[in-house]
Amino acid sequence: MNPISRRAQCAQSACSTPVLSQSTARSRWLSGARRVALGAMLAGALGGAMSAAQAAGTLRVAMSLSDIPLPNGQTDQGAEGMRFMGYTVFEALVAYDLSSASKPVTLIPGLATGWEVDAKDKLRWVFKLRPGVKFHDGSAFNAQAVVWNLDKILNDKAEQYDAKQAAQGRGRIPTVKSYKVLDDLSVEIVTSEVNALLPFQMAWIVMSSPAQWNAVGKSWDAFLAKASGTGPWKLQTYVPRERAVLTRNAEYWDKARVPKLDSMVLLPVADASARVAALRSGQVDWIETPPPDAMDSLKGAGFTISSNVYPHVWPWHFSRVEGSPWNDIRVRKAANLAIDREGMKALLGGMMVSAKGMVPPNSPWFGKPAFEVKYDVAAAKALMAQAGYSKEKPLKLKAIISPSGGGQMQPVLMNELIQQNLAEIGIQVEFDVRDWNALLANWRAGVKDASTKGAVATNSSYFSQDPFSALIRHVDSSLMPPKGTNWGYYSDPEMDKLFDGIRTEFNPAAQTAIVAKAHERFVNEALFLFVAHDVAPRAMAKKVKGFVQAQNWFQDFSGVTVE
Amino acid sequence: MFAYFLKRLAFVLPIALAVSALCFSLVYLAPGDPLSAVLPSDASQETIEQVKADYGLDRPIPVQYVIWLGKALQGDLGKSISNGRAVAAEIGNAIGNSLMLAVLAASLGFTLGALLGIVAGYAHGSWLDRLLSTVAIAGVSVPHYWLGIVLVAVFSVKLNMLPAMGNGPGGPWVWSWEHFSYLILPAVTLSAIPAGIVMRSVRALVADTLKSEFVTGLVAKGMGHATVFRHLARNIAPTALAVVGVQLGYLMAGSILVETVFAWPGTGLLLNNAIQQRDIPLLQGTILVLAMFFVLLNLIVDMLQPLFDPRIRRS
Repeated sequence: MNPISRRAQCAQSACSTPVLSQSTARSRWLSGARRVALGAMLAGALGGAMSAAQAAGTLRVAMSLSDIPLPNGQTDQGAEGMRFMGYTVFEALVAYDLSSASKPVTLIPGLATGWEVDAKDKLRWVFKLRPGVKFHDGSAFNAQAVVWNLDKILNDKAEQYDAKQAAQGRGRIPTVKSYKVLDDLSVEIVTSEVNALLPFQMAWIVMSSPAQWNAVGKSWDAFLAKASGTGPWKLQTYVPRERAVLTRNAEYWDKARVPKLDSMVLLPVADASARVAALRSGQVDWIETPPPDAMDSLKGAGFTISSNVYPHVWPWHFSRVEGSPWNDIRVRKAANLAIDREGMKALLGGMMVSAKGMVPPNSPWFGKPAFEVKYDVAAAKALMAQAGYSKEKPLKLKAIISPSGGGQMQPVLMNELIQQNLAEIGIQVEFDVRDWNALLANWRAGVKDASTKGAVATNSSYFSQDPFSALIRHVDSSLMPPKGTNWGYYSDPEMDKLFDGIRTEFNPAAQTAIVAKAHERFVNEALFLFVAHDVAPRAMAKKVKGFVQAQNWFQDFSGVTVE
Repeated sequence: MFAYFLKRLAFVLPIALAVSALCFSLVYLAPGDPLSAVLPSDASQETIEQVKADYGLDRPIPVQYVIWLGKALQGDLGKSISNGRAVAAEIGNAIGNSLMLAVLAASLGFTLGALLGIVAGYAHGSWLDRLLSTVAIAGVSVPHYWLGIVLVAVFSVKLNMLPAMGNGPGGPWVWSWEHFSYLILPAVTLSAIPAGIVMRSVRALVADTLKSEFVTGLVAKGMGHATVFRHLARNIAPTALAVVGVQLGYLMAGSILVETVFAWPGTGLLLNNAIQQRDIPLLQGTILVLAMFFVLLNLIVDMLQPLFDPRIRRS
């Protein structure tokens, strides 16, 4: 190991490098500065670093975030925040099975051992809690803690109500109407409407320790430095914008998931080139989302690139208001057949999976659509000719795209290829390039909003973790803006019926079958331009072993070791 | 002299007020929703309205400005939308890091620039002058972030001598090589522009002053090089000081790219994050503090100049 990485690893972790007191260090520095020139100091320091002890089992991660996710429980910074802070230090009643790289992720019991809807009253759920679980501060996890945590985000009269956590959590459980303690290990949750998707939604809501919040003076600001959850990792150090150090929770209730590492250091490094440099210089062991143009050089230098498909889709969302050219199914299908997805994959250094629908083909929700999304220019041209368009007599339209953004992959590069592909079949695209936040604001407002300025498509990548986020929110006729994010104002009674079926089917297998039917209809109707699924690339040093990249936004770091 | 100080001080208040109004209103012109930082992308309208009310963003902008200004005058710059921390504390933490970087970069830049400028000024018109001027132009023209990436590629990735990013190995700052090593690459990167600017300014000042009648007089009186240089230095010092003051201000506020490339948690990175996340209170607070720092620095330079130049004192 090189001197810098050895020194950095030891110092950033919880290892036993002696820490000089400030005054001692300053006096040494001053006397040293008088005696030696910078060059000599450099040589001496490097020599000293060579002999520094190296921490065993510390993983240093450069996240692509600009700040450390808040260790308050219902953390911020999107899915990456949940990945590194939300589901490491904290846990939800319902968890994801992240143990396999080869199968789609399913829901499993987390802090709840089971959940059931009342057979007579489909609005009433009972969650049975796991006995014997303790928060990191030693207090017991129980039904009172669950109710306290729901009040934290839903009840603005509660003393523990936290606007920051409410902003992150409230929207995840929109149908939760009331909740109460049934006994020490049972919680009742009542929904405002029949909602069979509640377990998916409850997987977002993580539990902070009420006892710890009380112990730190009933302050969420104070809680940040002394966070306490039930997760496999404990928060040891939290320095905003600089680092967080998580250590192994040896008393974790699931012995199979007790971390093998001693500690994990999280560093926010938003700039992609800085992350690559940090990895290559040995300052970190793991980086999130290396840029595509660095993949080959990283592989060549002996670093491991890990990737896997996950519930993410990069589509064009079509306008379906009156006058939109996408109201013609021939145009929608032609566009889907015109995209050279393999060419795009090559452009991205192999870091994508060609989309054939809203979810990856191996998803149990994919179904068996009759329309195959593939690259077939001849068929696309024929469909365009039937619709009355050709290269000579093109269809002209405007699409909103962004230059960057969370989950947007390489939007300019990808959209330029799409523009070229669509031009081949007689669709001339003009781009309205907007800042990612501006694009999202328009996406929430809907295509009828003045901010759309004549565009008939928007390119926003989507999270497709559950049936609602994958399908329902985009095309349910009851979710047109401002009520929801059916941006294109699509309305289809058949599809709405399928969605009602998903919401009211409590048998998981039967529910999956209906989701697959809805997805088949989504693809058969070519409702979006299906382009790509991201593969969440991350690069790591060879010494990092044991990581299983699940097909998910979230990952389990318990099995990781650093040799 | 006292009247001069008072006059300079009086200018600060209207400038501060104008800066505060400008920085408050400008950030609202940027596209995007300030709540993007705290809300999931698919948040419902109901959630958005609730969060707006929670953060006081549902009030008219002039009302928000008056409330903000009132609190700012008491030292309360509000709380960050994205993380809920006090903006004043966030800036306080960041400004120390930036100041450390800026002072080192300015010292490097000033020392190098002044030395090369004096040499080039004395050698005005020669091949050495042309060579040094080319180096200075390169220093001014080279993009900061590019130079940073190149230095990282050489000294961190290739030679493994210096850390590629971050502001230290963890824990509070101590004056040790371990911490200091994190400062070197960003400071060198940041010093390129001030070095070039100071060099060009000093070169021109030296070359012009050497043509002055008083220098001819000193030489004619048989004064040695050292004495002539002492007179020369006193003549160019006020202007050079003004240049350095302005450069230090730029280094504090203009290091966004360098701090981003090196993940250095100073005001530049803070500003960058605030812009990316539409964190309006953080953005407004940081711009205000940096603008005030700039104004203050100019005030200090204005006050120092009479000490070096008796002509200003007399006027």
